[in-house]
Amino acid sequence: MASLSSPTRSRPAFDVEAVRRDFPALQQQVNGHPLVYLDNAATTQKPLPVLEALRGYYERDCANIHRSIHQLGERATEAFEHTRLVAQRFLGAGSAREIVFTAGATAGLNLVAQTFGRMRVGSGDEVLITAMEHHSNIVPWQMLCQEKGARLAVVPINDAGELIWEALEERLTPRTRLLAVTHVSNALGTINPLRQIVAAAHARQIPVVVDGAQAVAHMPVSVAELDCDFYAFSGHKIYGPTGVGVLYGKSEWLERMPPWQGGGDMIRSVSFEGTTYNRVPYKFEAGTPHIAGVIALAAALEYALRLDPAAAAGHEDGLRALAAERLAAIPGVRLIGTAPQKVGVLSFVIEGIHPHDVSTLLDQQGIAVRAGHHCAQPLMERYGVAATSRASLAAYNTRQEIEALAAGVAQVKEMLG
Amino acid sequence: MPDWRELYQELILDHNRRPRNFRRPPAANREAQGFNTLCGDRIVLYLDLRDGIIADIGFQGAGCAISTASASLLTERLKGRTAAEAEALFRRMHALLTGVSEPAEGQPELGKLEALSGVAEFPTRVKCATLAWHTLHAALAGSQAMVSTEE
Ligand SMILES: Cc1ncc(COP(=O)(O)O)c(C=O)c1O
Repeated sequence: MASLSSPTRSRPAFDVEAVRRDFPALQQQVNGHPLVYLDNAATTQKPLPVLEALRGYYERDCANIHRSIHQLGERATEAFEHTRLVAQRFLGAGSAREIVFTAGATAGLNLVAQTFGRMRVGSGDEVLITAMEHHSNIVPWQMLCQEKGARLAVVPINDAGELIWEALEERLTPRTRLLAVTHVSNALGTINPLRQIVAAAHARQIPVVVDGAQAVAHMPVSVAELDCDFYAFSGHKIYGPTGVGVLYGKSEWLERMPPWQGGGDMIRSVSFEGTTYNRVPYKFEAGTPHIAGVIALAAALEYALRLDPAAAAGHEDGLRALAAERLAAIPGVRLIGTAPQKVGVLSFVIEGIHPHDVSTLLDQQGIAVRAGHHCAQPLMERYGVAATSRASLAAYNTRQEIEALAAGVAQVKEMLG
Repeated sequence: MPDWRELYQELILDHNRRPRNFRRPPAANREAQGFNTLCGDRIVLYLDLRDGIIADIGFQGAGCAISTASASLLTERLKGRTAAEAEALFRRMHALLTGVSEPAEGQPELGKLEALSGVAEFPTRVKCATLAWHTLHAALAGSQAMVSTEE
């Protein structure tokens, strides 16, 4: 007998139009054209539940957290701490104590460098990063190495934009004190094989710090499965507010790490003779945080979970394949970053036409893409370009938008070619 | 709504396709590097400055159509002019491109450089057009330091 709940029934198709209705900003016209927003790797648009959470805090629950013994303070604190539980579930972390709120991925990586890094890395040691890192996963380590007299080593990539495995293994030396690596490249879209990377590093007792800024919006992530030691991301790249992010850290490390910034909330007691620090994770959360942002981050993560990360990833992958095919078919267009495992980030250059001119002319057609070095200047150098154009996708993008991009690029070639 | 044709005038497109004085003058005695922090573009501007006169001028580097055309038009205009004229033109162009002021009496005529005026309507592109002029200013001052569009 046919049953409605038959286990073989296929998943309902991803309803992109329903998703789009949740994002007010997508409903606008730009330069007389419907907005085609393809700059999601820079930041995503925000859905209604996130906007409502921000407004709700400021309209009803506006109070400081962890210190106000009154109704509003209790509500704010409860909502704030609720986000910690949502983030724990979202990342598959073992405990909510392993979730530290930060100002974003950059702040999370700096926190790790300035606390964990400082306590682990000494003179003559090595810190290993990769050739595809964002500046925010290069500069904090460079600063640390300078301070400690340590060396920054770099894993190279191949032409497709993948880490070269043998080179990675070679550079995991007895002097390597930690490996900092991106989960997904913001300029190339490459998805790194994190589980293998972590296993290879751990086999040599080397802890792994992961920059998850470009991954979390595009694939299910479980830090328990990855077994990484730290994982940092920003709220604004996953439908949440700017200025807020999450740092996951294994509690065995967090317990042993010194605090980062000093101030209110991170202390247990203060006297002029000395201070005892609050417990983990509060030890790392000095000062009044972006309370509204943290509260709205829960709405963003819950929204992403409701979208179904696997279904959204499937939808985005279809768009990525279409975009790659359409762009590659335009004479003179070269795609940069062609790894088989990649997210919907399409970096490209057009022969004889500068990415800035491409952006301006696409913007005239309502199409938003990024032009520049994408905070990855060493990577641009690797490909011998100063800059690229980059179209980056989110779950709310459509096939029509990809067609508009391809038509727009062809038109730019005509105008400037 | 600003129209892209205001920005990409035929003269600009022509100077982008065929930049003038795109070379290092053989007797160059001044040079400065310009760096656009927004996109990573670099240009080098060279001067052959003799007795206060720009005997020769050239530039190299890779940039967008706006910055290439701006540098090209700059070199075309300033060859054979005095350093003082160049300095006055720098101030005039800076005001024009950033849209801060109307020309006052006694300021240099724009001529072909008028084609760059459309950039003032495109705030994200102003730095592309000003890069060559800032670099000129640094080269005239004899500054060896790299100038950046953030300054
Ligand atoms: C890979 C990667 N890491 C880190 C960051 C930094 O994120 P944020 O600026 O939100 O701190 C970004 C954002 O551009 C990124 O793409």
